Amino acid sequence: MLDCGLDMTSTLNFLPLPLVQSPRLSNLPGWSLKDGNAFLDKELKECSGHVFVDSVPEFCLPETELIDLSTVDVILISNYHCMMALPYITEHTGFTGTVYATEPTVQIGRLLMEELVNFIERVPKAQSASLWKNKDIQRLLPSPLKDAVEVSTWRRCYTMQEVNSALSKIQLVGYSQKIELFGAVQVTPLSSGYALGSSNWIIQSHYEKVSYVSGSSLLTTHPQPMDQASLKNSDVLVLTGLTQIPTANPDGMVGEFCSNLALTVRNGGNVLVPCYPSGVIYDLLECLYQYIDSAGLSNIPFYFISPVANSSLEFSQIFAEWLCHNKQTKVYLPEPPFPHAELIQTNKLKHYPSLHGDFSSDFRQPCVVFTGHPSLRFGDVVHFMELWGKSSLNTVIFTEPDFSYLEALAPYQPLAMKCIYCPIDTRLNFIQVSKLLKEVQPLHVVCPEQYTQPPPAQSHRMDLMIDCQPPAMSYRRAEVLALPFKRRYEKIEIMPELADSLVPMEIKPGISLATVSAVLHTKDNKHVLQPPPRPTQPTGGKKRKRASDDIPDCKVLKPLLSGSIPVEQFVQALEKHGFSDVKVEDTAKGHIVLLQEAETLIQIEEDSTHIICDNDEMLRVRLRDLVLKFLQKF
Amino acid sequence: VCGVNGRFAWLVEGGAGQDVGRSCILVSIGGKNVMLDCGMHMGFNDDRRFPDFSYITRNGRLTDFLDCVIISHFHLDHCGALPYFSEMVGYDGPIYMTHPTQAICPILLEDYRKIAVDKKGEANFFTSQMIKDCMKKVVAVHLHQTVQVDDELEIKAYYAGHVLGAAMFQIKVGSESVVYTGDYNMTPDRHLGAAWIDKCRPNLLITESTYATTIRDSKRCRERDFLKKVHEAVERGGKVLIPVFALGRAQELCILLETFWERMNLKAPIYFSTGLTEKANHYYKLFITWTNQKIRKTFVQRNMFEFKHIKAFDRAFADNPGPMVVFATPGMLHAGQSLQIFRKWAGNEKNMVIMPGYCVQGTVGHKILSGQRKLEMEGRQVLEVKMQVEYMSFSAHADAKGIMQLVGQAEPENVLLVHGEAKKMEFLKQKIEQEFRVSCYMPANGETVTLPTSPSIPVGISLGLLKREMAQGLLPDAKKPRLLHGTLIMKDSNFRLVSSEQALKELGLAEHQLRFTCRVHLHDPRKEQETAMRVYSHLKSVLKEHCVQHLPDGSVTVESILIQAAAHSEDPGTKVLLVSWTYQDEELGSHLTSLLKKGLPQAAS
Repeated sequence: MLDCGLDMTSTLNFLPLPLVQSPRLSNLPGWSLKDGNAFLDKELKECSGHVFVDSVPEFCLPETELIDLSTVDVILISNYHCMMALPYITEHTGFTGTVYATEPTVQIGRLLMEELVNFIERVPKAQSASLWKNKDIQRLLPSPLKDAVEVSTWRRCYTMQEVNSALSKIQLVGYSQKIELFGAVQVTPLSSGYALGSSNWIIQSHYEKVSYVSGSSLLTTHPQPMDQASLKNSDVLVLTGLTQIPTANPDGMVGEFCSNLALTVRNGGNVLVPCYPSGVIYDLLECLYQYIDSAGLSNIPFYFISPVANSSLEFSQIFAEWLCHNKQTKVYLPEPPFPHAELIQTNKLKHYPSLHGDFSSDFRQPCVVFTGHPSLRFGDVVHFMELWGKSSLNTVIFTEPDFSYLEALAPYQPLAMKCIYCPIDTRLNFIQVSKLLKEVQPLHVVCPEQYTQPPPAQSHRMDLMIDCQPPAMSYRRAEVLALPFKRRYEKIEIMPELADSLVPMEIKPGISLATVSAVLHTKDNKHVLQPPPRPTQPTGGKKRKRASDDIPDCKVLKPLLSGSIPVEQFVQALEKHGFSDVKVEDTAKGHIVLLQEAETLIQIEEDSTHIICDNDEMLRVRLRDLVLKFLQKF
Repeated sequence: VCGVNGRFAWLVEGGAGQDVGRSCILVSIGGKNVMLDCGMHMGFNDDRRFPDFSYITRNGRLTDFLDCVIISHFHLDHCGALPYFSEMVGYDGPIYMTHPTQAICPILLEDYRKIAVDKKGEANFFTSQMIKDCMKKVVAVHLHQTVQVDDELEIKAYYAGHVLGAAMFQIKVGSESVVYTGDYNMTPDRHLGAAWIDKCRPNLLITESTYATTIRDSKRCRERDFLKKVHEAVERGGKVLIPVFALGRAQELCILLETFWERMNLKAPIYFSTGLTEKANHYYKLFITWTNQKIRKTFVQRNMFEFKHIKAFDRAFADNPGPMVVFATPGMLHAGQSLQIFRKWAGNEKNMVIMPGYCVQGTVGHKILSGQRKLEMEGRQVLEVKMQVEYMSFSAHADAKGIMQLVGQAEPENVLLVHGEAKKMEFLKQKIEQEFRVSCYMPANGETVTLPTSPSIPVGISLGLLKREMAQGLLPDAKKPRLLHGTLIMKDSNFRLVSSEQALKELGLAEHQLRFTCRVHLHDPRKEQETAMRVYSHLKSVLKEHCVQHLPDGSVTVESILIQAAAHSEDPGTKVLLVSWTYQDEELGSHLTSLLKKGLPQAAS
């Protein structure tokens, strides 16, 4: 199984979970059908023309019905965002296999899961809506609820216990580590350049190679650069996790982010940055580190609020080996690789596990707050949206590309605060993809259907799709796709003793052949050829055996023959071996050689020889050996 | 040392043999030459300090001869000669080491250079610039990463414990491999984890054997002992000197004392000499993923390398009255601050020096440990040692038990012991040979050992052929070993095993069919059809395991062998059986003719 991501956009259909009772949210009117039927008004609330489910938010799981997940042997994880559904799969499907991921992926993935669980669990909600999921009722709801897919499979968040159990099934791996799976295939993670520990995977046998490229970046941010060279010579390249915003340039977005931030703060407003606790935030903090003094923001407090803020900042400093070269060399000095260490030391950046406690006493405005969750449905960000939403001095800047910012904002409307959309997605865009494919040259490309056509909103942009030859094969949810390659060879080891006994002969210049008769041993999907056992001597008790026991092991295969018999030389050979009355007759297709005395006839044609003789085994064998001298064995 | 395929040899170059001086080993495997470690000898101040590379250089340049150099960890007896080797003798190829080793190694080299050149005024030594240039040739490796040095040679690092960043290396060419352990320890300590390697079954395991005979008492006992001694000395107002190397054991002992001071609420100051301390601890913080599980797990809450009780040392403190504990570098009392403090404190019997690690012959450390109490210092001065001298083995080497454990983990075909003392190694050698039934070698310095290997030959087998064979192997009658028959096509270095049919087809050759037809005369006056019928029932009853058929046209087949009955041209009482088969069915065909020659049973009607 390649990756185990969780679709969190489902949560956009739910009302936000406020930390403290929000009068505005709790007073939203219930929604009723056009005919006035209000039986759903406990479950569905209306806000500025949008309808939301008033319940614990639920997530859309990966496809679990298509196959029996207990038959999955291995899950390969490409980055920490792509493992968020792991507890659902490893804990409740009978899965008994192994999960492979890099150490930073697991550590940061744990932080993301911990944060998610914490956000959901700390605001217990009594009510759990399920009526609306009824297929007949869902049809009656307004969009986007009406169109939400697979709502019956949506699940509530897992628990920390399930997270721990899921993570305990992960085996840590390093870049370029070759991992043998059951002796049959080898998998290798490669740096994908997108996030700390993010990987692409090579899945290969000795003769076939499939690359799984998921969430890769060619930009220079903090992670180790993408390893492209190792992707070469792939039979199939599965390509996914491209940028969600192909039209936005991440560098430009960072610049816009900084200038909007500065503008708001200078005008006395606060800035809210909904974000994940790891990833782009490291790059944003680094930009701000270089920017704040020149922009005159030295006295503005930066707050980072997350239950895992401290862990995230600390962990980022200890994965030097997974960072880009510049950051690696800093560690050799030794200095922390990320400058946010200095921001913390100089008190410019402060981090808190939550709003409660120390933060409330330290809190000064105007300020900049980084906090989650980017869906704006749970986490401390909900509080700041409620707190700052009414003032046009304040700004919320969206940097995470996973959620539509308009949908994220919908339950907070009407809003006075400014909303800036600066999505920073460093993953591959279509220009980079075509460059990559040119460089790597896979025989076939396989990708999600969306990448094979322009985005629906920009259907004229033919440049916003994958363009390659042969055209990419596409797949969609719950579709089975046969990969276009045929396995033809497998590795086998010839034991040295057997190798010594082989007699190669040169058939054509540079090509030699040897016939091999050997015993095949297969263990753990590894094949070995050993010399055949020596023929056993006939034993004493032979007489008791029936005739059928004496039948030779006809499984001792005779080789195939090739070549042709030159008649003249053959006749000479016969004469040399004492056949004195050799006569040759020409036929349409060849010759007939007659041995009159022996009443024997040998038909010789281009591709066949037929010896017809009396039942004289000695004679037959003599003639056979003479014929074989002119032929090659295979 | 020649690198013929199928053989490899190694040479233990001056030091790593039966002596704990310095490590530098040359391995030739599958035609590749790899140098393992490039250490210097702490006990010498002259040419003997560095390995003698003339063995290689008399035949050409180092760069041409060596495919790569591997450094196992940052201790100077494993990397101290590196700048001399690469910059002064001249080597431009790749040097592999782990990230922490790459970070710390140049600092220790510079430190060592300063002592040698600036303090002792030695000439002909490598310069700071040379250290920098040398480090530019380093390629950092991750644990378990398979590094492809070239198309054929690959190396892989395993965690070794011992010191931060220490690694064992697997060197592999084709199906042949060597594992070099460097220094390692098999039990986790207060700051590092235990060495681990998978069942990689190398042809050869080269292991250090510093503590070849020792089976050390439990770590806990040693720690208690250490704390007791330090505590007693401090209680009686004495000063305790612990000579250490800045990185490694020092951190472990600091953690130990820090927690003890905290628990016992002790007030006597603990100092750590040289500016390296803070820096050293910083490395541990940044490379925390290389420490043990417990430290890694808790580092966010409490970083074990931030010490409350341990402060930086100033040389003026040495004369302060009252008790104190000082960690000072270097560890063998052969130079620097530890030696200076030692000279100051040696005369007072209240004081104590604790040597927490091995000392090389020729060093002051070695002298006092071997009981010498009058030391000749520079300028004929004699120093009388009255202070208490204690030895505590804290250096993280595997003991005999650990070495046996590692051999058990890796399952090598042969073992080679280095970095130990001959007598002790002999004991271990016997033990390994007895327990694991593998050959064990212990070459002397400069000795070359050659070991033949017989690698199997990997070829590609066509899946059709393999599947056909494997399917038949699953049949219930497959009791006796089945023979696989095929043709090996060898083109350049591409070896493929295919079915004979496929081989013919690929080479564009036609099959030549060789067929035999034998006449068997049978006395039988009946009609041909009846003769055929009799032949059929006879064969059917005799050849139970074969498919015998009577075809509509009157002929009989046994598998693919065809039997037809014909009238004799002259004798109506005789019938001629024409038995016809191809060369491939020769055994059965010839068997049938002899069977038929014996005649048909009379009972048949």
